Amino acid sequence: MAEDPKIGRREFLTVAGAAAAALAPANLAEAQQAQSVATSATPPAATSAAPPVDEPLLTLTATEHAFFVAAADTLIPADELSPSGSDCGVANFIDRQLAGAYGTGARLYRQGPFPKGKSEQGYQLSLNPREFFRAGVASANEYTRKAFGKDFDRLNEAQRIEALKAMEQGKAEFTGFGSAMFFGALLQITMEGFFADPIYGGNRDMASWKMVGYPGLPATYRHDIKKYLGKVYDKAPRSIADFS
Amino acid sequence: MTTILKEVDAVVIGVGWTGSIMARELTKAGLKVVGLERGARRMPAEDFTLPNVRDDLKYAVRQELFQDAQEETVTFRHSPSETALPVRRLGSFLPGTGLGGAGAHWNGLTWRILPSDHKLRSHLTERYGKSAIPTEMTIEDFPVSYDELEPYYDHFEKICGVSGKAGNLRGEKIAGGNMFEGPRANEYPNKPLPQTMAGSIMEKACKDLGYSTFSGPSANASEVYTNPEGLTLGACEFCGHCERFGCEANAKASPNVCILPNLMADPKFELRNYAYVKELVYDRQARKVKAVRYVDTRSGEEYEQPAGIVVLGAYVFNNNLLMMMAGIGEQYDPATGKGALGRNYCYQLSGNTVTVFFEDKVINPFMASGAHTTNIDDFNGDNFDHGGLGFFGGAIIAAGTTNGRPIATRHVPPGTPRWGREWKQATAKWYNHAFSIGASGCSYAHRENFLDLDPTYKDVLGRPLVRMSYNFRDNDHKLVEYIGAQMERIGRAMNPSKMSAAAMRRGNYSVVPYQSTHNTGGTITGSDPKTSVVNRYLQAWGADNLFVMGASVFPQNASYNPTGLVGALAYWSAEAITKRYIKNPGPLVPV
Repeated sequence: MAEDPKIGRREFLTVAGAAAAALAPANLAEAQQAQSVATSATPPAATSAAPPVDEPLLTLTATEHAFFVAAADTLIPADELSPSGSDCGVANFIDRQLAGAYGTGARLYRQGPFPKGKSEQGYQLSLNPREFFRAGVASANEYTRKAFGKDFDRLNEAQRIEALKAMEQGKAEFTGFGSAMFFGALLQITMEGFFADPIYGGNRDMASWKMVGYPGLPATYRHDIKKYLGKVYDKAPRSIADFS
Repeated sequence: MTTILKEVDAVVIGVGWTGSIMARELTKAGLKVVGLERGARRMPAEDFTLPNVRDDLKYAVRQELFQDAQEETVTFRHSPSETALPVRRLGSFLPGTGLGGAGAHWNGLTWRILPSDHKLRSHLTERYGKSAIPTEMTIEDFPVSYDELEPYYDHFEKICGVSGKAGNLRGEKIAGGNMFEGPRANEYPNKPLPQTMAGSIMEKACKDLGYSTFSGPSANASEVYTNPEGLTLGACEFCGHCERFGCEANAKASPNVCILPNLMADPKFELRNYAYVKELVYDRQARKVKAVRYVDTRSGEEYEQPAGIVVLGAYVFNNNLLMMMAGIGEQYDPATGKGALGRNYCYQLSGNTVTVFFEDKVINPFMASGAHTTNIDDFNGDNFDHGGLGFFGGAIIAAGTTNGRPIATRHVPPGTPRWGREWKQATAKWYNHAFSIGASGCSYAHRENFLDLDPTYKDVLGRPLVRMSYNFRDNDHKLVEYIGAQMERIGRAMNPSKMSAAAMRRGNYSVVPYQSTHNTGGTITGSDPKTSVVNRYLQAWGADNLFVMGASVFPQNASYNPTGLVGALAYWSAEAITKRYIKNPGPLVPV
């Protein structure tokens, strides 16, 4: 973790401190939490991709990018199963998505008026996804500054988990729209980045596909469907890029 | 400025399954036909090729092949007393656009509805008594019986090369097929798909419970197959990219593979893409739709295409929109019960699941076709006694896998967090060891579920959006609870390591999570012009030369995926036109 260029030195010290505290836990719950924090300081194992390269940003500000890196690494922490979300390229995936057609409102009906609806009526804001995440990240940082005194990406892992849980449950106070709605969108786009074909910038080295055992392409199983009935299909995954 | 074009024999609005079938049958009868398709020309050899046809994000998540909600959507409310708001992002249902329509990206389940579904009101009245059907349940009989439609079901199955096994061949019940189905004249054109691991677990559990399973009828060809058009389908690759995707193997039946190559080669047919039909030009006195106005979306120019016959083959919502705007029929009013247009909008009770987890079994969910199920029909329609249950109808119950695309398909046991370490561990552990039992329930008409025109929101052409007033009703709530209990019983019989409780469509209907693109009604077929919009040949009561296709003519929705019935009704209507209407244009049923 200390080698990770995207995690500040100050935070490494915080994490290391928490790990040290685990040696003398006050109770079991605390021990488990400290244990989980300590695990994050362990560098990812054999499944690790090539060292991540910071890509130039298309639309995100540095602050927003730092938020998505920290969020991706909390939602998808590094462990023996895969590198962290950001090491898999999730923040770059989000940057590209929000800079492109999806981010600018493709396939989104945007005519007003925009009265508040029932949840079963779905999304009713005038914001496109780029605007929605701009406002949401600003609200999230405002919330963590109030609750923890720092922007989200400056929090230690335990605090990030606490902050994301507050958003997930709609308990974090946001301006304009609820934090649960923001969290839902954040989780969705993060998982898209982790599991989509690597051609979009996330899922580097097909880390998530290796993690679950999804073979990707070419997906032509006319004979294998019988041959592998009830048996593990132990082929290395391949991406669209491998056939292009 | 509208350019008036030279009259043609027939114009077809929308070139999906029904538009392709009708245009093909009418050109074969010698008519000159123009097909108006708002979307692009799309053919598998150009548009659905490896490797990009396997792009989960593009097709399944960003919805590449569907109607663009930016241009056109519907508004939605739960009841007539509320204000409807636009469905800003498609979710619950995903109408198609472009050549082939939703037929290019469906899954391929191709059913016949039950004989009792065909005469639902009279069947239930006969079995349970006159007062058994609640007054607000405005269900009707289809004016076409199962026996009448059987040859047309049969033909559509042959066009699609459906893979399956008969359970009722000319009255003889056959184990391994659906023994509840109506009598079939012929076996399915192709043998069933090879069973998945999920299917074999389902089969064993059901057998232990005393139910006989069968393979869901699938328009994913199990073998290379040549249809009655002389067109060839490839054999399914079980790629796990079916619903929401085009098929590069040409194994999934679609208009693009099964009909259009012949139709487009016929000089009597002219396909016009980018032709977005705006309105019908209706002459009430003459009882005719004289012409169709459309916009060329490349230039913005407007054209008027006069035609002797007009076939309305758009999706449910556009069929309703065009007829409502033209005033062909009286708008339904839930307060008075008067009017037929927009009446009996129905949906389906879809996306009900029980998920089962097996430590020691490998599922390989990614090796599957989109229509790859092992079913029981014991709790469908009126296949079981509803005496004392307090509801009518039922559900198809099936297990199987359709895909393992991990953006959306990654089961974790109940109680697992949605993210973080524990989520990751569970996802890695269970991805290849879980599947869902699913149920799709019928949707019976309710007095307050209907369609009309929205007073506020407009589409890209400046027309009102269709307004949907819909909610799950008492019958639906009771039905899903009953079916959920059956699914849990089947789940337990599988002896899974872990199992979820039944996740059912409880509470209010929501337009957010995907359920099914099986919207029906609004221009329903019937025997009475006061309560229906088209007659038994799908000819509009108010316009002799207008024929309305698709599920918008269903008086209510059975549990089955609708395409089999949609295809059969199109061939049935086409025959009435070519054999009777052309010779003697006028009402095919006395008004």
